[in-house]
Amino acid sequence: MSFDLVANVVIAGVLTGLVYGLMALGLSVIFGVVRVVNFAHGEMMTIAMYATTVLFAALKLDPFLSILPVAAAFFAFGYAMQAGFINPFITRPEHSQFMLLVAVAIVMVNALLLIFGPAARNVQVDYQLESFEIGRILIDKARLYSAGAAVVAALGLFAFFRYSLTGKAIRACADNYMGARVVGLNVKKLYALTFGLGSICVAVAGCAMVLLVDVTPPLGPYYTLLAFVIVIVGGLGSMGGALLGGVLIGVSEALAGLFIAPSAKSMFSFGLLILVLLFRPQGLLGRKP
Amino acid sequence: MLLPWFAGSYALSVATLILYFAYTGQAWNVMMGFAGQLSLGHALYVGVGGYAAGALFYHYGIGPWAGLWLAILLCVALGLAIGFLAFRFGISGVYFALLTIAFAEFTRIGFDHLDWLGGPGGMFLKVAQRDSIDLLNFRGPPAMYYYSMLFLTVIAFVLCALLLRSRAGYYWQAIRENEEAAQALGINTFRWKMLAVAISSAMTAVSGVFFAFYYNNLFPEQIFHISRSIEIILGPIIGGIGTLFGPILGAVVLTLLSDGITEGLAAMGWEIPGIKQVFYGLVLLAVIMFLPNGIWPPLARRLGFHK
Amino acid sequence: MNLLIVENLSKSFRGLKAVSDASFTIPDGSINALIGPNGAGKTTIFNMVAGVFPPDVGKIKFMAKEIQGLRPDQVCAAGIGRTFQNVKPFAGLSVLDNVIVGSLLRSKNSSDSRRYALEILEKLQLGPKRDLPASSLTLPDRKRLEVARALATRPRLLLLDEVMAGLRPTECDQMVEMFRDLNKTDGLTILLIEHVMRAVMALAQHIGVLHHGEVIARGTPEEIVRDPAVLECYLGEETEV
Repeated sequence: MSFDLVANVVIAGVLTGLVYGLMALGLSVIFGVVRVVNFAHGEMMTIAMYATTVLFAALKLDPFLSILPVAAAFFAFGYAMQAGFINPFITRPEHSQFMLLVAVAIVMVNALLLIFGPAARNVQVDYQLESFEIGRILIDKARLYSAGAAVVAALGLFAFFRYSLTGKAIRACADNYMGARVVGLNVKKLYALTFGLGSICVAVAGCAMVLLVDVTPPLGPYYTLLAFVIVIVGGLGSMGGALLGGVLIGVSEALAGLFIAPSAKSMFSFGLLILVLLFRPQGLLGRKP
Repeated sequence: MLLPWFAGSYALSVATLILYFAYTGQAWNVMMGFAGQLSLGHALYVGVGGYAAGALFYHYGIGPWAGLWLAILLCVALGLAIGFLAFRFGISGVYFALLTIAFAEFTRIGFDHLDWLGGPGGMFLKVAQRDSIDLLNFRGPPAMYYYSMLFLTVIAFVLCALLLRSRAGYYWQAIRENEEAAQALGINTFRWKMLAVAISSAMTAVSGVFFAFYYNNLFPEQIFHISRSIEIILGPIIGGIGTLFGPILGAVVLTLLSDGITEGLAAMGWEIPGIKQVFYGLVLLAVIMFLPNGIWPPLARRLGFHK
Repeated sequence: MNLLIVENLSKSFRGLKAVSDASFTIPDGSINALIGPNGAGKTTIFNMVAGVFPPDVGKIKFMAKEIQGLRPDQVCAAGIGRTFQNVKPFAGLSVLDNVIVGSLLRSKNSSDSRRYALEILEKLQLGPKRDLPASSLTLPDRKRLEVARALATRPRLLLLDEVMAGLRPTECDQMVEMFRDLNKTDGLTILLIEHVMRAVMALAQHIGVLHHGEVIARGTPEEIVRDPAVLECYLGEETEV
């Protein structure tokens, strides 16, 4: 096992992890603010991936260019989902909300199966086969660009929440639902906006991910669970935590795949989730729940 | 009771499936409906129970009656371990649900790598014959399986009815409604939650053993998969969480719906993979949105039962 | 006999001292009140006695047994019942079932529990509402239910956490009547946290006043309303008795 091999694997893991992190960021924002367990998160990501393949097949649109239309569509979809579907459910018991999104996820996964069939799909662009060479380290161009897109999107979201008025309003809702209402914030609209923003994260992550991974319908549930693992490990309510968690999971999956067996890589992630839930439920960077 | 006399083997297998989900749903209901602990990884107990009895039969030729006890033992131990970790560390609600999912997934992947239990290729149990009833090895005609499942479902129903009226039932419901208030009334909530988990996992272990000897093949990917866990909870949720008839009603509705849709679509010539599940999901969505407590409570009111 | 003895209780939260060296005693069969401005530490003391969290320093002795650090359910089993400031009914259960949950603590079987629960409901005038879902009750009735439930555990000492909050004066008077009765006929010892002075003055035989986590005064209602320290920090000069 040469150092070069391990280094390359780790770097690939970090870059993939950043894309995971963006996906998880979307979930963290949704879960952290609206307190809805979006069990359809991974399925949404998968839909974004499929959308990118369709745009590529039909219009030869590079995935990074697809980001704009897909993100816009997802924002609208997310907003509508929250406003129409989920808002009425806020007062219902937890398991009701859960099941609502489970049902949505079931519909999504199988609709994808219906439309696209079980065979894997992907996108083929030239730069997927190229890499940068830094000394003896090889970095895939596609992976680097994807990670770059993820970081840009994350920074954009971070800036929005930090500096914009709406962003601050959303953070207020997250901290104190009643207080926000008392102060006159239209919480339901802000929730819908938040879900829309979370959906944008998923959209961008999906467009980026399709360059790295072939897409099949079962990827949906897998990514949903992965997103939860990352959010919890990284820490709920912490945007940096989501990215950090993503990188952690990306690297550990890559290393587990290298040293143990490719199929065992998620076992590590779940083991990590269990440990974090038990011993540090606020995750690495989160607030105490 | 008299179904096998006039039903064909297909109808019988559907009926057995209904009862299987009714029974397993009832087992899950003890933990969730009564004690309020949302487990989304219940497939774990079906799997461990099935593999425990299956492995004994496969490797040592020991029949399911002995395997049953090992299955129950292992599942209760597992459930108590998970419960202990969760409750001691104050994990509840969504986090608890995620914890149960994590354990189930962890086990699924783990079993994929356990070659002694067949690995991803699965474990296949020998079926000597299916004609005469061999209770010792739990082999026989479909009617035998049907009656066994019927028996189990009835027992589960009676057990849950008794539990509900007992101190356990009152205490669990108190914990479910408001754990803090329950503690202030002298209830050791940790102990009672553990009891709910233990009973639920024990009952589900039996499901697993039945599964193993009915289908005679076990694959980690299938039996531990989160879809199995979701299947288990769909019945009680649609039928009515926390009620006695809920899981049964839910299982009937879901299985008949699922089969009905398949048949209906086949008749119309639409046999595309996934379309049945889409309909399924949509119906589920509808029930969750418009019948929040499940089908049973409004139905019971219509039929004149008072709560 | 002193039913409850609190000695030198202190509790800090993240560096902020909520309760500082508080001591008081509750004689058996008496009605006592803990008053003071918000943030004075009354609920913190309550929660320590009820077992919600342990004190940093100090002892709590109930019927000569040390109970500090026990869990809430153990405290209840020892003979202390409590109500919550924000009422916590078992919403999905009927009024009767709510109380049965309480009476199961001391009863041998379910028919005994049921019988005792019905007795308590009658005593608190909730009898006719026994089959209604707890969620359908009005606030005053929910407060009564909370008390009924706690009483069903047959406590020697009942802790009442701002039970009069949100009640209209007539409703408040009815509750006061009820507690006076319970104290007189059943010998129930009561410790209440309260802001509604009307109730405190009518009920309490002894009052302790807390300010910034310290007990600044102790005595009968008449003594308290004349105490300059109390008047300054809490009651104000114009208080009428």
